[in-house]
Amino acid sequence: MGALAALRADPRLKWVGFALIAIALVALPFALAAAGTAWVRITNLAILFVLLSLGLNIVVGFAGLLDLGYIAFYAVGAYVYALLASPHFGLHLPWWAILPICAAVACFFGVILGAPTLKLRGDYLAIVTLGFGEIIRIFLNNLSEPFNLTNGPKGIATIDPVRFFGMDFGTVTSIGDIALSGTIKYYYFLLAVLLVVIVVNLRLQDSRIGRAWEAIREDEMAARAMGINTVHMKLLAFAMGASFGGVAGGMFSAIQGFISPESFILTESIMVLSMVVLGGMGNIWGVILGAVLLSFVPEILRYTVEPVQRMLFGRSLIDPEVIRMLLFGLAMVLMMLFRPAGLLPSPVRNRELRTGRDDDDDD
Amino acid sequence: MNGLTLGCVYAVVALGYTMVYGIVQLINFAHGEVVMIGCMVAFSVILALAPSGLPPLLIVGAGIFIAVPTCMAVGYAVERAAYRPLRQAPRLAALITAIGMSIVLQHLALLVWSRNIIAFPQIVELKLFYLGSSPATSAAISNVQITIILTSIAMMAGLLLLVHRTKLGIAMRATSQNPQVAGLMGIDINRVISATFVIGAGLGAVAGVMVGSYYGVAHYQMGFLLGLKAFSAAVLGGIGNLAGAVLGGILMGLIESLGAGYVGDFTNVCLLDKVLPGFTEVCERSPNASLFGSNYKDVYAFIVLILVLVFRPSGLLGERVGDRA
Repeated sequence: MGALAALRADPRLKWVGFALIAIALVALPFALAAAGTAWVRITNLAILFVLLSLGLNIVVGFAGLLDLGYIAFYAVGAYVYALLASPHFGLHLPWWAILPICAAVACFFGVILGAPTLKLRGDYLAIVTLGFGEIIRIFLNNLSEPFNLTNGPKGIATIDPVRFFGMDFGTVTSIGDIALSGTIKYYYFLLAVLLVVIVVNLRLQDSRIGRAWEAIREDEMAARAMGINTVHMKLLAFAMGASFGGVAGGMFSAIQGFISPESFILTESIMVLSMVVLGGMGNIWGVILGAVLLSFVPEILRYTVEPVQRMLFGRSLIDPEVIRMLLFGLAMVLMMLFRPAGLLPSPVRNRELRTGRDDDDDD
Repeated sequence: MNGLTLGCVYAVVALGYTMVYGIVQLINFAHGEVVMIGCMVAFSVILALAPSGLPPLLIVGAGIFIAVPTCMAVGYAVERAAYRPLRQAPRLAALITAIGMSIVLQHLALLVWSRNIIAFPQIVELKLFYLGSSPATSAAISNVQITIILTSIAMMAGLLLLVHRTKLGIAMRATSQNPQVAGLMGIDINRVISATFVIGAGLGAVAGVMVGSYYGVAHYQMGFLLGLKAFSAAVLGGIGNLAGAVLGGILMGLIESLGAGYVGDFTNVCLLDKVLPGFTEVCERSPNASLFGSNYKDVYAFIVLILVLVFRPSGLLGERVGDRA
């Protein structure tokens, strides 16, 4: 333990570690592409879910406000991108102009949701946010008449891909003799966005705002007594979480090229929530772990469960999709029963659990 | 009349929510799923007995008779396995468990009954009665609707009697006021809480059969929206309050039916002041285009819920509850 702590304390090793991780992440899509392009796409979706989970983590993990309609902000972001960059209205704005608009519009919706619900706590808030998510979805589904805004259940197709210095992300580009497919380019793009979001989150957590959220989560009354403007802080949490969701939604639009209200059902909200819960509410690395796990495990199951079933029973008895959802549900229940703080609990909660014991690996 | 029938169903489901909430302060997300399971079990039983030539009422009775214990078992199992260990845990943990439980139940039902929409057998012949002189101008009510309304009223009355007149009811009320003290008074709290879940689930099962026979269809996801609306109804009436749940449920049913019927007409752009400017072309395409038609009916429940929570969080008949996290 002591040697490990000494190793950790060495700053050079830290950088070596970062470099290794960076190289691994850069090389990852090529390794995955060897296994099949589908896996690169799955990785991209996993990164989107990491983005979403990090956004939800601000609301649930940092500020302790349970939001069950988080996918609504994702939907808002996705539709903003789709409307501003598709033949639907004939608008084709560039991505760097749209993503901030996605964030702003989602942020606006976050405030709309946050403002009337500030007084509510815990389970009431959960129900209202759930209702909000459903309302957004129902509106997306029905706003095709009398004025066609969202094209109803048919969704919006042929959304523009991202273009970057003349490089079209929808097609294959060759640099030297390396062929970069659209999915791989999106992978790097998403990775860059993810990096920014992680840095923002880390800085946020240790900032005055982050600590204020933490105080509100632990005891709202006490936080108010300490001079924290709880109303502003909770609104800020909603707004920040929502804008991250909006950006993720915009990226989703660009990557998929097609969106419909089908993609923004309640199940998705619950999926993101279970990612946050599984990984460890309030811990950025835990949330990332949770999102990556819950994105990949079902996909791996999809590729293994069917063949195994065919081998055992001669036919596919259970739909992998059902297994996936059962897994989500069970994961949530079992986690709450046996490890309520998540796989990687937030350091603050850990510290609370360890008080009284002397620990010297705390730098 | 549709609103009233629907309202009675909501009221019965809402009772299940409000009872559990009153005692353990937990939104039992899985309650909607219990209702769904009740509907599905009854469906299977009815389908199995339908060719036997028994009188239809007996078959439906058998369906209910089997659905109720099944749901009670499910309710008990859920409480025992998932909620009891978390009774002292933060409420966020219990709530997340409840959501998880609801997903698990939903997909177990999916495994058993497949993902298709099931046509609930209409073995009792539908008869329409008219409350007026001629069928064209008067309100119609079917025998199924009458049965639903009467059954709900009977069940609500039974529940009220149970809670206010029996020993178990007194124990339940005591536990909801203060579990510790109730325990000191010699009440077995675990038993009371289990009993609450079981009774709620039993009511839910009957409600499930009623929903199935009213809409004529069943689906593994039907429990979710129904549960949500019933919960909204419970909140509308004041959660933890039995009479409130009944009132809230009936109001919710009426709001939904009337909202679907009338808001569409009010926002009909083609009738508003003849034709609103800018919508002429739309109206030529579809003369009944309205801004918020009946496809928005599910929205009203949520809007009511949000309005109630914002303006009167304790509900119509609720007492003020302190700011408990």
